[in-house]
Amino acid sequence: MIRIANGQGFWGDSLEAPLEQIRRGPLDYLTLDYLAEITMSILQKQRSRDPRTGYARDFVDMIYRGAADILDKKIRVVANAGGVNPQACREAVAKALNRAGVKIGVVAGDDILDRLDAMIGQGIEMNNLDTGEPLQSIRSRVQSANVYFGAAPIAEVLGQGAQIVITGRCTDTGLVLGPMVHEFGWRLDDWDKLAAGTIAGHTVECGAQCTGGNCQVDWQTMPDYAGIGYPIVEVEPDGTFVITKHAGTGGRVSVDSVSEQLLYELGDPHSYITPDCVADFTTIHLEQTGADRVRFSGIKGKPATPFYKVSISYSAGFKAVGTLVYAWPDAFAKAAAADKILRERLDRLGLRFEAIRSEFVGVNATHGPLAGPPSADLAEVVLRVAVRNGDPKPIERFTKELAPLALNGPPTVTGLGSGRPKVEEIVAYWPALIPKTAVQPVISIEETR
Amino acid sequence: MARIRLVKIAHARSGDKGDTANVGLIALRREFYPLLAEQVTAERVKQHFQGICLGKVERFELPNLGALNFLLHESLDGGGTLSLKTDAQGKTYSSALLRMEIEAPDGLVL
Repeated sequence: MIRIANGQGFWGDSLEAPLEQIRRGPLDYLTLDYLAEITMSILQKQRSRDPRTGYARDFVDMIYRGAADILDKKIRVVANAGGVNPQACREAVAKALNRAGVKIGVVAGDDILDRLDAMIGQGIEMNNLDTGEPLQSIRSRVQSANVYFGAAPIAEVLGQGAQIVITGRCTDTGLVLGPMVHEFGWRLDDWDKLAAGTIAGHTVECGAQCTGGNCQVDWQTMPDYAGIGYPIVEVEPDGTFVITKHAGTGGRVSVDSVSEQLLYELGDPHSYITPDCVADFTTIHLEQTGADRVRFSGIKGKPATPFYKVSISYSAGFKAVGTLVYAWPDAFAKAAAADKILRERLDRLGLRFEAIRSEFVGVNATHGPLAGPPSADLAEVVLRVAVRNGDPKPIERFTKELAPLALNGPPTVTGLGSGRPKVEEIVAYWPALIPKTAVQPVISIEETR
Repeated sequence: MARIRLVKIAHARSGDKGDTANVGLIALRREFYPLLAEQVTAERVKQHFQGICLGKVERFELPNLGALNFLLHESLDGGGTLSLKTDAQGKTYSSALLRMEIEAPDGLVL
């Protein structure tokens, strides 16, 4: 049996969680997920300003703080922290470790930005997976393009002795499946086992979201949210596994908590597609085998597809969001009136937007029309107006039209403390497929000196 | 027969994939699953999310988890960073679905 922990569900997750994972109990592997769909474009921009950046700096800080435990306890670390500059990340990690003789492996080759036109020339279309639109329609605005590699290159670099593995774009599930393939020598066509490891990866990829975080069942009695434990997979060579957490941590691992996470961002449950296999969620058998222990068995998989998914980011215009807070009495009526006045002023200024949207926080921002009519006696309502446009000029003018309402619109309004809303560039996401034969992972390994 | 809200017999989690939201609906107890499977149809979910879900609704069954998975297409104002919604990722559609009322047989122990 090996123990694989998740210490980070996304870039921005708890800085303490990975350290708690390595300090509070035995572990063989610590996995960390830093890359969301649009993170790569942010990192690409950072690197274009400074060639030594472009990776998840939080990971380096974590290594610095956790180095003694990681090295002394021989915990192996697998993280997709490399972003668009995994080599620079490796150098920073080597410095943070401050110890000679540690093997750091890198999985790169996922960055295809420079090869995009050559690939299009070869007939690889990369049409939008959701809409079918051709890549050509946004080609000039592309900011990053990365292939999602899976578990195979991670297993390979672990096999070469890497204690720390840094990847660029890589599936969240591959971070967890890679160590299993390496440790147990699973064949890359043993679809049931690969599916089991993939489902283990899916269960823990969002950190505490499977150990009681964001769980609707008995949340009022959730033990110690403040010290919530992050998940650990205890996996057997046959692919069965238990999801648990360290003793003495908060949260709850139950059939309810893991079931919610299993359904998170799920499409067709018969076909959960990764580069490694196609997992069938309808074959999962769950059993509570002890306090904070849920056992998974029976998982079946199908052969992998001949494609990698590519995540392409592109510049898609600008947006701004402004808010005003209206107080009792008639809070909603005042906010609605202010919205109408604002729109009339934008109209008189001749401003046009690709999209404009008003929401009333406290009334309908989350459940829309399902929330029904607002109660007559609301203490306050937040008017939130958002606009989007290709040309930023109308957006800039919009950001100057909210504050005046504080003095020249409906009464008892506040919440302008942070000043005018900011105009933000929109970086949108373009999912596509490419044949696996078009790109190869590039593996390297180096020992610290 | 009594009308009850799904929140009495189920829990849920939702997320996004582009402009599509997924809502996983899970029976709080396994004996409630047939009620969900029978009454919470794709058509009813489409109707429930009127004004929010502009595309079609797909339903998948996971009897092994006592769960149904719904895909609500064209529900996130374009999705991702393009969306102007507070809840651009549809994270709260989970509890929005739990507002739905279904017919509960007499004597159903909650």
